[in-house]
Amino acid sequence: MRSLLLFKRLYKAEISRQESKDAAFQYKGDEQPIAMSLAQEEMRPSPEAMLRVAQAEEQGGGRGKLKIFLGYAAGVGKTYTMLEAARQQQQAGRAVVAAYVESHGRTETDALLEGLEILPKARREYQGVLLPELDIDAALVRRPQIILVDELAHTNVPGSRHEKRWQDIEEILAAGIDVYTTVNVQHFESLNDIVTQITGIAVRETVPDSILDRASEVKLVDIPPEELLQRLRQGKVYVPEQAAWAAQKFFRPGNLIALRELSLRRTAARVDDEMRTYMETRAIPGPWPVTERLLVCASGSPYSEKLIRTTRRLADELKAQWVTVYIETPSLARQQQENRERIWHDLRLAESLGAEVATITATSVAEAVIEYAVRHNVTRIVVGKPAKSRWREILRPPIVDQIIRLSGAIHVHVVSINGTPATTPVSRLHKKTRPVASWFEYLGSLILVTAATLLSSLVMPFLSPTNMVMIYLLAVVVAAVRLSIKPAMLTAALGVLAFDFFFVAPRWTFTVNDTEYIFTFLGLFSVGVVISTLVTKAKDRSEALRERELQTESLYYLSRDLAAAVDMESVMTAVMKNISATLDAQLAILVPHGEQMEISAISKDLTLDNKELAVADWSFRNHRQAGVGTETLSSAQLLYVPLQSTASFLGVLAVKLEKISDYRSPHHRRLLDAFVTQISLAMERVHLAQQAEQAQVLQARESLERALLNSISHDLRTPLVSIIGALSSLRDENLQINDRRSHDLLDGAWDEAERLNRFVGNLLDMTRLEAGELRINKEPCDVQDLIGCSLAALEQKLAGRDVSVKLEKGLPLVSMDMVLMTQVLVNLLDNALKYSPADSFIELRAQTNAHYLIVEMLDRGPGVPEHDLQRVFDKFYRLPVPEGVNGTGLGLSICKGIVEAHQGTISAENRSGGGLRITIQLPL
Amino acid sequence: MKETTKETNLPRILIVDDEPAIQRFLKTALANGEFALFQADNGHAALSATVTTKPDVILLDLGLPDLDGVEVIKRIRQWSQVPIIVLSVRDREADKVHALDAGADDYLTKPFGVGELLARIRVMLRRSLQQAPEPVYRIDELEVDLARRLVLLRNEPISLTPTEYELLRLLVTNAGKVLTHRQILKQIWGAVYLEQPHVLRVNISNLRHKIEKDASRPRYILTESGVGYRFRSEF
Repeated sequence: MRSLLLFKRLYKAEISRQESKDAAFQYKGDEQPIAMSLAQEEMRPSPEAMLRVAQAEEQGGGRGKLKIFLGYAAGVGKTYTMLEAARQQQQAGRAVVAAYVESHGRTETDALLEGLEILPKARREYQGVLLPELDIDAALVRRPQIILVDELAHTNVPGSRHEKRWQDIEEILAAGIDVYTTVNVQHFESLNDIVTQITGIAVRETVPDSILDRASEVKLVDIPPEELLQRLRQGKVYVPEQAAWAAQKFFRPGNLIALRELSLRRTAARVDDEMRTYMETRAIPGPWPVTERLLVCASGSPYSEKLIRTTRRLADELKAQWVTVYIETPSLARQQQENRERIWHDLRLAESLGAEVATITATSVAEAVIEYAVRHNVTRIVVGKPAKSRWREILRPPIVDQIIRLSGAIHVHVVSINGTPATTPVSRLHKKTRPVASWFEYLGSLILVTAATLLSSLVMPFLSPTNMVMIYLLAVVVAAVRLSIKPAMLTAALGVLAFDFFFVAPRWTFTVNDTEYIFTFLGLFSVGVVISTLVTKAKDRSEALRERELQTESLYYLSRDLAAAVDMESVMTAVMKNISATLDAQLAILVPHGEQMEISAISKDLTLDNKELAVADWSFRNHRQAGVGTETLSSAQLLYVPLQSTASFLGVLAVKLEKISDYRSPHHRRLLDAFVTQISLAMERVHLAQQAEQAQVLQARESLERALLNSISHDLRTPLVSIIGALSSLRDENLQINDRRSHDLLDGAWDEAERLNRFVGNLLDMTRLEAGELRINKEPCDVQDLIGCSLAALEQKLAGRDVSVKLEKGLPLVSMDMVLMTQVLVNLLDNALKYSPADSFIELRAQTNAHYLIVEMLDRGPGVPEHDLQRVFDKFYRLPVPEGVNGTGLGLSICKGIVEAHQGTISAENRSGGGLRITIQLPL
Repeated sequence: MKETTKETNLPRILIVDDEPAIQRFLKTALANGEFALFQADNGHAALSATVTTKPDVILLDLGLPDLDGVEVIKRIRQWSQVPIIVLSVRDREADKVHALDAGADDYLTKPFGVGELLARIRVMLRRSLQQAPEPVYRIDELEVDLARRLVLLRNEPISLTPTEYELLRLLVTNAGKVLTHRQILKQIWGAVYLEQPHVLRVNISNLRHKIEKDASRPRYILTESGVGYRFRSEF
């Protein structure tokens, strides 16, 4: 990493002002001619074209705009031009902040920086040195309209949030801030290998081409190479001393001309692209190529990187989409345990070059490639020219041949991949090694041959030597089944030698008298090789099957458990149970809670400190993976994968795998992806179910409230009918109303007024009860007094009714709220009076047991239908009652509320012989 | 303050209420020639009217726009013992007790019947017009001779404990008026017993058993639920 940093410093250069101006070639992407003739209206743009434009515009919405100042070498004046543009914007009244601008002490540049707000750089320590870095958090907090960031291709100090500066810039853009940045053309991923070919210097700091494609403006900063060289001689280009030799190698006229051409062509390609989009969206007819789709395989071989870049260029020329697939075969899988880093690197490269990426498990590479290609409408497959020697091709046809044979209508491009293999830091770290069969396997083959020889010598008297071959063959078969392919082949070879040495005349020598035996040897050897190859293949296949089965099985169990989960908690349990075992991982699920991420479920022994939580937070907010194994915040301990459904972002899955290399293994990644999809779906389902349930509850409550309102308005209006009616007839002087009739009218109005008053009183009580305003004020009370008060309150109504009161002798004072309990008894008595025949008997009893005061109210009314006994205490429950009896439907529910506030119970039951018994129990 | 009746030798009633509808209703209900009526529609007007008109009974609403009714009671009680009947929509017992403890003599919850109101007014008038307390109090079958400390039920003497007698004497001398628990406890047992209401309940219960025919349906000592007791002044 250190060397990369150095390399970047090497090419950092600045130039003086005057020259840069005249050659600046500007091109604007977002300015498009507006006029559109009516005649063209009939030619409608294709839906695909419109969709692409819509997506681009959608991405633009809310996102900041990126302006790239593109040069072909250090010293052409990118930073200078950028600062000039920034000053213009500042004069136009926009808030411009320089977040990271390196002037390298050039006075002209410094002069331009003056008057611009400069954000302090973050200092990050790396190997004991403090290195300046872009302070992305400060930039996001400051939130100007435009931020200036030099050196788009810069690689951040390890431990920074993102690996690369372009990722920092992406985040700034996502926050809706415009960014001005500078970059040299050789840093673009797709041109990387060409630049290396031209200059002989590998450029390590690369930027995905998609950045350039998505930039809303690209300004080419260009000066002729001769001028640049002159500046270099004048010392106007910043070159660190220790890198002077490399600079000399780099700044050669040939190199510069080639790089200049590259930069001009890259910009021209973008103009062409814009023109195309413009023509397409306005349905300007033109010779449009048929949509092409390219496919290339990543294999982890040193050449596949080159193959991928070539495919990208090809795709660019064809204006085609392209995919990169990695086919994992079981045999490869074993070999590539160590190679996973490389494959991961290849796939990432492809992705950053704009490819779709897929990983497939299959037994045959060629078949899988063709199957994928057919299914995804691929029109061209790009393969590398095989480097294997001729004789190996005869033994085993190269994959290229297999693909060509199977390709059918699909074009196959065979490209040369000769030359030095692209070396990546990864490949240097991991030397490609084939799995070595352990020494005891070879020992095993030796033992097998020895055993076969011993057995043969035992049976020698009874068998002809030709038949002894069978014994050796048996040893080879055993070796093929038990050992891996190389020891098995060794067994075959040793077997031939031992047979020749010990049993074929002349014995004890390797010479053979009878030439026929040569055929026996050949037969024995080739049968051994064939068997061991076949067995190995069969093993591979069954291994692949087993792995796939395991994956399917674990997915099946997870989805089964998730399907059964009805709430978040059971989703979490299912996830914990299934995934940790399959991936051999520790897990946590974090869900947003207000502004923060909260741990919803976590494996035992796993703790997340604040730093880890911050990574989870970042992942959730940016909807991207973060943490170990990714390019963002890779110093974290865990990998964070956002859980997202079609509509919403639900949380983050944090994963801690056993080994660091597992984070980059396609197998783990694939499983993890599948799991994440399942979890997201389940979480969304639970989410939706909860919402539906809430909606249902709300609806039920609404309908209840509507019923309540109807009932209340009915109860309030009915009494007013008689009152207003009676009063209006008395008031009307034209109506001749005699004393008797007016008396009747007044009586009616009086009764109704009383009823209205009672109803309002009940409503108020109910409201107080429900609002919790009703405070129970307990005092020791005389039960007799309580009953007396209740009877007194109903004195008039009780006239002529027979109410018997039976009190247990020596009732103690009972702690209660006398006022409220009086109301309970009044309500109960009132009901008894209303619902029972006028000549029937009402009884009130009070007694105590060890813990309770028991008060019973008994009547001989119609009772209550059995199934409604519970409901009588519900609000607005009313018995279907005879004419003339009218209640509010609140009385009993108020009683219940009051009794329960006393920690007592109230219940109703039908009496034998007719009537209702209401029992109240109050704790003593 | 408005004077609505000219005759000055009739009992004078001051009506304090800010609701014109209630004012109108009370004026109509009480304008039977028995009383001289005066009106005030806020607390301060009520206080000055009490000074200027010297009413025999005040009908007071608690919810006044400027002063709380209880505050009006307290201020009047600083210098006058004129009977005050509270008329209020506040039906919670705590409100009643609050007003009664402040010095009100009776409490009627709105809405009320005119008959009920007239009965309460008459009780108050009798008490305020009575110059010297009568030594013998007679109601229905009960006779209490305060001079001789004698209680007769259907002309038979009954024996009471000293506390029961004191309780009965307090109730009888305040017949028709609501006495709150606190007022009774304070007068009979002293301030120490204010938080011991069961003493009162037990004594009332015992007293009832001695003087009432059916203790479950008392005729003389009426319970004002949650407020206190009232001795019935007439049948």
